[in-house]
Amino acid sequence: MKLEEKVIGIIAEQLDVAREQCVPEASFIDDLGADSLDLMELIMEMEENFSVQISDEELENIRTIQDVIDFLRTKGVK
Amino acid sequence: MHRRIVITGFGAVTPLGNTARETWEGICAGRSGIGRITKFDSQAFETKIAGEIKNFDPLSFVNKKELRRLDDFIIYALAAAEMAAADAGLVINGINAERVGVSIGSAIGGLSTLEKEKKNILRFGPGKVSPFTIPAVLANLGAGHVSIRLRAKGPINCSVTACASGTCAIGDAARMIAGGYAETMIAGGVDAAVTPLAVAGFNAMQALSINNDQPEKASRPFDSKRDGFVISEGCGLLVMEELSSARQRGARIYAEVIGYGLTSDAYHLAAPPPGHDGAARSMKAALADAGIDPADVDYINAHGTSTPLNDKYETEAIKAVFGAHSNALAVSSTKSMTGHLLGAAGGVEAIIAAKAIDESIIPPTINLDCPDPACDLDYVPHRARRKEINIAMSNTFGFGGVNAVLIFRKFTG
Repeated sequence: MKLEEKVIGIIAEQLDVAREQCVPEASFIDDLGADSLDLMELIMEMEENFSVQISDEELENIRTIQDVIDFLRTKGVK
Repeated sequence: MHRRIVITGFGAVTPLGNTARETWEGICAGRSGIGRITKFDSQAFETKIAGEIKNFDPLSFVNKKELRRLDDFIIYALAAAEMAAADAGLVINGINAERVGVSIGSAIGGLSTLEKEKKNILRFGPGKVSPFTIPAVLANLGAGHVSIRLRAKGPINCSVTACASGTCAIGDAARMIAGGYAETMIAGGVDAAVTPLAVAGFNAMQALSINNDQPEKASRPFDSKRDGFVISEGCGLLVMEELSSARQRGARIYAEVIGYGLTSDAYHLAAPPPGHDGAARSMKAALADAGIDPADVDYINAHGTSTPLNDKYETEAIKAVFGAHSNALAVSSTKSMTGHLLGAAGGVEAIIAAKAIDESIIPPTINLDCPDPACDLDYVPHRARRKEINIAMSNTFGFGGVNAVLIFRKFTG
């Protein structure tokens, strides 16, 4: 499965939103109805699934689905 | 002017059914809701039985995201609150929201979440603890989520008085309305503590029945073979309102709340004092609050936990308060069927007492096969009894020496 698909699958499940809403430019807070706690939980789920660590500084730059995908790529996730 | 308080809605999720109606039908039929524990592997536990919620579909009340994050106790509270509001035909809007409050007690809050997240921290470290841990554990989040869901913006509170929590929450709600602080309150109790830590903890106190081979016979209040209480889970909530507001909207009135008594034993963390003076004082306080005589009471829904000490001492306390009238009283413990819902007990038993008044049916005490000679009142053994009830009392007592008593009266205008 492509990285994008896997990330979107996790987001749709975690935030209980439709996959169609999970376009790359979708903002977690503005478009997908997440709050700061949702985002924390989502990040933990990403760390778990892709065996990466996301620091608080890195977290500040994550606003959209594309940001997550880009971040995972910089960590070498394929 | 004296503000009268009436009950206009019921909502319940109990081991006897996932609505107040099913629960009441189970009570009238003398059915037991107790079975083998399925929520965790109880192999190593002394007690392997409990009153679990069965065939409950949480997704009827919460979405998948909430289901993952909310502790069961919060989900039960949301379910019961939605049902109670619907039963009462209560509509909360911009006009009345600030006059509608929520008072939901809980003894233990989100214990199962606490246990789960403790495992996470031990196995994977602090970074793996869910950000939803604290809001799922805090005992007042049952009330909190209900107020958010129903948009009730009036007073909010959560009594944490062990097994008296639900009764205290209703008593507090009654006083909120009587004092003019709210017009309407959604009130009762909730707990979901059929968990390894709760069962092991109560087992260590030798508080639970270990009658594992006969789950349905295990809760046997006032019986000589009783050996402890059976832990249960669920929620019972009432919609309570000031009489004129209930009348104004043409609400159906089930019963009136007329008295509340609350005392402390100041004696021991778990055991009642001999003769249970604290319980007697609480019943007397409730009678005085209601402005009625002991002889006016027709039915007592007893605390009746099926522990050796409680049932004996509660009987003594009833005799001390009611004197000769104690022989004319019907006293039953519906925990013989529901098990002990801890902080939810007062909520569920308030519903049962009010239904008993409304439907003129006295609930039975099942499993009373060999009455304890020290327990010699009319406990309505085995079968429900059809009889008009004008006034019913509901007793609940909690660890820490809390004694809480409510009195309900038939509403006749």
